[in-house]
Amino acid sequence: MSVDTATVKKVAALARIAITDEDASRLAPELSNILDWIEQLEGVDTAGVEPMTAVIPNQLRLREDVIDADPLTGGGIRDALMANAPQAEHGFFTVPKVIE
Amino acid sequence: MAELTELGVAALRDGVRSGAFSAVEVADAFVVKAAKAKPLNAFLVETPDHALAAARAADSARAAGETLKPLAGVPIGMKDLFCTDGVATTAASHILEGFVPTYESTISQKLWDAGAGMLGKLNMDQFAMGSSNETSAFGNVISPWRRPGSDAPLAPGGSSGGSAAAVAAGLCPGATGTDTGGSIRQPAAFTGISGIKPTYGRCSRWGTIAFASSLDQAGPMARDVRDCAILLEAMAGFDAKDATSLQLDVPRWEQGLSGSLAGKRVGIPREYRVDGMPEEIEALWQAGIDWLRDAGAHIVEVSLPHTRYALPAYYIIAPAEASSNLARYDGVRYGLRDLPEGAGLQDMYAATRAAGFGPEVKRRIMIGTYVLSAGFYDAYYTQAQKVRTLIARDFERAWETCDVLLTPTAPSAAFALGEKSADPLAMYLNDVFTVPSSLAGLPAMSVPGGLDKQGLPLGLQIIGKPLDEQGVLNAGLAIEQRAGFTARPQAWW
Repeated sequence: MSVDTATVKKVAALARIAITDEDASRLAPELSNILDWIEQLEGVDTAGVEPMTAVIPNQLRLREDVIDADPLTGGGIRDALMANAPQAEHGFFTVPKVIE
Repeated sequence: MAELTELGVAALRDGVRSGAFSAVEVADAFVVKAAKAKPLNAFLVETPDHALAAARAADSARAAGETLKPLAGVPIGMKDLFCTDGVATTAASHILEGFVPTYESTISQKLWDAGAGMLGKLNMDQFAMGSSNETSAFGNVISPWRRPGSDAPLAPGGSSGGSAAAVAAGLCPGATGTDTGGSIRQPAAFTGISGIKPTYGRCSRWGTIAFASSLDQAGPMARDVRDCAILLEAMAGFDAKDATSLQLDVPRWEQGLSGSLAGKRVGIPREYRVDGMPEEIEALWQAGIDWLRDAGAHIVEVSLPHTRYALPAYYIIAPAEASSNLARYDGVRYGLRDLPEGAGLQDMYAATRAAGFGPEVKRRIMIGTYVLSAGFYDAYYTQAQKVRTLIARDFERAWETCDVLLTPTAPSAAFALGEKSADPLAMYLNDVFTVPSSLAGLPAMSVPGGLDKQGLPLGLQIIGKPLDEQGVLNAGLAIEQRAGFTARPQAWW
């Protein structure tokens, strides 16, 4: 299937990546080329085949129902979580105003 | 005594244990050698203090008569995909420039717990997306290998290209890599070293920057099979913080090493004889067959009929997972933020991601977003996951008649930088032999087999049954013992 520049712009918007008209024109044939190649999968007979969900049989585990079962992923680490924030104020992540 | 930087993991470990040299001498030697190798651009960050601290700990433990840890005295390189506490971690992307993790990945923590020290963070393809190391935001890694009489820079392979170049050039005795579709094995083949991707779930993914979560596996890259076994033993093991981690004991792979393959059956998949494969690779594959037969193995031809569909399935599944995983880079919690004057929240996201991601990463996010979008999901993603089931089934059938598979690692030797970067599809095709086993979650390794006519290394790949890393390592060892591969790149840097 051929991808046109309008589709490229729509996909970029969904992916939250700003692109210029020039980028979109360059990407359209590139993505078309890759998607055309991928489409050979249509020819594989997959009737009655279940889609893969896990490559190695494994069971989902439940962790112990206690607070901070693992201190690395538990609570009380606000400063560590925010240490890399591009802009943090009063212990909060900040973003541009979203409501007028 | 040979130069310390000429020694591998086992020799360094044993030498420190016996007192032939101190761990600090070892760390110093590698720190100096790494610092002199800037033209290779293998390191993004050098961490001599980390390596020296681990070395001092090893030396004082020995002086105090304590039992030394398994990797005491061994400094290693760390692919920049692993989060390291207090040390910048970028996945070679601008979007994570300045990110300093406040926690340690399970893999790196296990290596430090085993006594290893870190020489630095290694360059790579951005977010592990690439086969040549040309997608790093911080410059290409240059292979230490060159064609004779030429100073054209060659690709070290990717995505673990910094790891491969550093080990091949002797800047570290071993390094961590990650493999999603061949990112340990292909660079190992390009640079004449060994590397193993274990069974999916052996190595914890916690703290490893995610690319495609159902495929990503960490593994070691080193000069020989024994060194890989030693490092993998330290890296593998159950981790409650990774839902896909396998709750299994770690086998004693080093102790179990044996190059005798008596009673083993080695499968040769006929679908890996692709059109246009260079004669030299065909010849090396035949040599590999002869070596394994000489080691006592029985050779059988097998068929993996869905092999040709593995790459297109991979280029749906991996980008789909990547588009989801990389949604977290939004300019809010960490990394780059690009906030144009007067921009709202949505504009900030879009501007940040446009400025932070490189072209290949954007390309894959776009493909992933497209194949997952409403109306296309079943035709692309579900169909790809069904094909993935068929590919895994092909391998299961093959295991009825053989114990391991032998194939070439890559369809060519190292290519020059820039030679394939203009055509994304041509670059993707480099992973044709490594992707199928990734899709099936199988352990697989590359070992050097010989040199091509230009004097560049070629690798052989061994693929094993689920959890049979030992079988893979042993077949790798059998090849290593017979290939007599001792070539090393001549230092030009």
